[in-house]
Amino acid sequence: MAELRVAGLVHVYRDGGVRALDGVDLTIRAGERVALIGQNGSGKTTLVRHLNGLLRPTEGRVTIDGTDASSLTVARLASRVGLVFQDPDRQIFAGSVRAEVEFGPRNLGRTGTDLRTAVTEALQASGLVGEEGTNPYDLGQSRRKLLALASVLAMQTPVLVLDEPTTGQDARGVERVGAAVKAVSEEGRTVIAISHDMRFVAEIFERVIVMRAGRVTLDGSPRDVFAAEAWQALRSTYLEPTLPAIIGHRLGLGSTPTDASLVEAVAGAQ
Amino acid sequence: MTIALSGVGYRYAGATKAALLDVDLELRDGEVIGLAGASEAGKTTLCLVVSGLAPRTVGGQVRGTITLDGEDVDTWPMHRLSQRIGIGFQNPSTQLSQVTDTVFEEVAFGPMNLGLTRDDVVARTWAALETLRIDELAERDPRRLSGGQQQLVAMAGLLAMRPEHLVLDEPTAQLDPAGTHLVADAIRRLAADGASILIAEHKADLLAAICSRVIVLDGGRVARLGATDEILGDPTIGELGVAEPSSVRLSRAVQAAGVQSDRLARALADG
Repeated sequence: MAELRVAGLVHVYRDGGVRALDGVDLTIRAGERVALIGQNGSGKTTLVRHLNGLLRPTEGRVTIDGTDASSLTVARLASRVGLVFQDPDRQIFAGSVRAEVEFGPRNLGRTGTDLRTAVTEALQASGLVGEEGTNPYDLGQSRRKLLALASVLAMQTPVLVLDEPTTGQDARGVERVGAAVKAVSEEGRTVIAISHDMRFVAEIFERVIVMRAGRVTLDGSPRDVFAAEAWQALRSTYLEPTLPAIIGHRLGLGSTPTDASLVEAVAGAQ
Repeated sequence: MTIALSGVGYRYAGATKAALLDVDLELRDGEVIGLAGASEAGKTTLCLVVSGLAPRTVGGQVRGTITLDGEDVDTWPMHRLSQRIGIGFQNPSTQLSQVTDTVFEEVAFGPMNLGLTRDDVVARTWAALETLRIDELAERDPRRLSGGQQQLVAMAGLLAMRPEHLVLDEPTAQLDPAGTHLVADAIRRLAADGASILIAEHKADLLAAICSRVIVLDGGRVARLGATDEILGDPTIGELGVAEPSSVRLSRAVQAAGVQSDRLARALADG
């Protein structure tokens, strides 16, 4: 299990000089389920790329259990932090679904029953059982995305980072991703997900970090972040509260970010 | 300005099974139709077929008849079709030309090929950038933008073309909520100007906000076609992999919990 610490992190992209991260400080404890939200271009993807060493800080540092991420080799870091890209085609390369999912855990030295169990669980979580022999490119875009998720799930890394995992998923796919996130976090592993889907964020995550122009502007539970007092800050980074949050506020019921919390508040008020 | 599909089927090159079967659909002037359905139900394929990219660029075999304002387009080459029908892909990096160095040039790329005057091209480009509030990105390199910003640039390129017909495959997939609203407004305005628009989309709230009708595909066939409220309010729609709009879902959650609240019902009805 791993604690992630980000301190004074600044990232300036060399071409164009865009200051994508402008001083981020965060501590994410082992087993936390964290959503990272914010407008397009606010630095979310840049931040998570620092977590698995794809980028090096311009200033500041990222540590995993006290070890500076930039001192770890990419392979060592990959065994701690699994990153699922937004675009699955940046990640998939094997000739079959099974080979794709096996690749990560094999590289981490898993063999035999361990390997088989890791692969089977990952395929089940992503709904790809029965597709083991299929060529990834014969799957549609949304199932390729689930395959990319499976291949990182199978590595059973202490930290799992997902970049917009529900994009392009139908209703069942969104449910599947939500269930996988919860299952991973129940095992005590950390999940950090970037998302623009406010309903998914409110329902699945226990902590929500809101980014704006390369900085953290809000950090709290869904109840905190979707509370009426925070709406102005949310809207300043092009986000919006969920429908139950809006209705709960209108009815004077306090912060009700999810359908279930609104129903409960309505029942409680009677 | 109508696109009409009659008995349309499609099979990808080398595939044993048809990806689309017996699709009848009329996209009327000024109408926005939502295209919904589970993953791999045929939504992207229908976008490719309506835009003419399948079979012209993608290959494969089309059956049935597609007409544009009454004319059979079967023999039309792609360049002729693409002057009438625009298409926006799911993945903006596929859409970007890869040959321009600034967002401005990228958005101007389409209209420049329409034979407009230079002033017209410049005016249309700024208008499209401002509509989607990305005018500040005009000098940036489109390849170096975030996924969501690229999606807005791709959309601006389509708006600048002022298409008569437009096919969009998940145009807001990578956008933040505000970006999604901007695209929704732009789509409404295009339709108000007379364009007919087909939009494949998983976001039920967006479909509910901008579409007059919704078509739902299942296994390449039309499973549902009708008024948006009727289709998305149908309690069995989840079986087709389609999400319910937030308001429908919330109403059901309230009902299921057996909570009676007139104030809540009124708040929901007010949207």
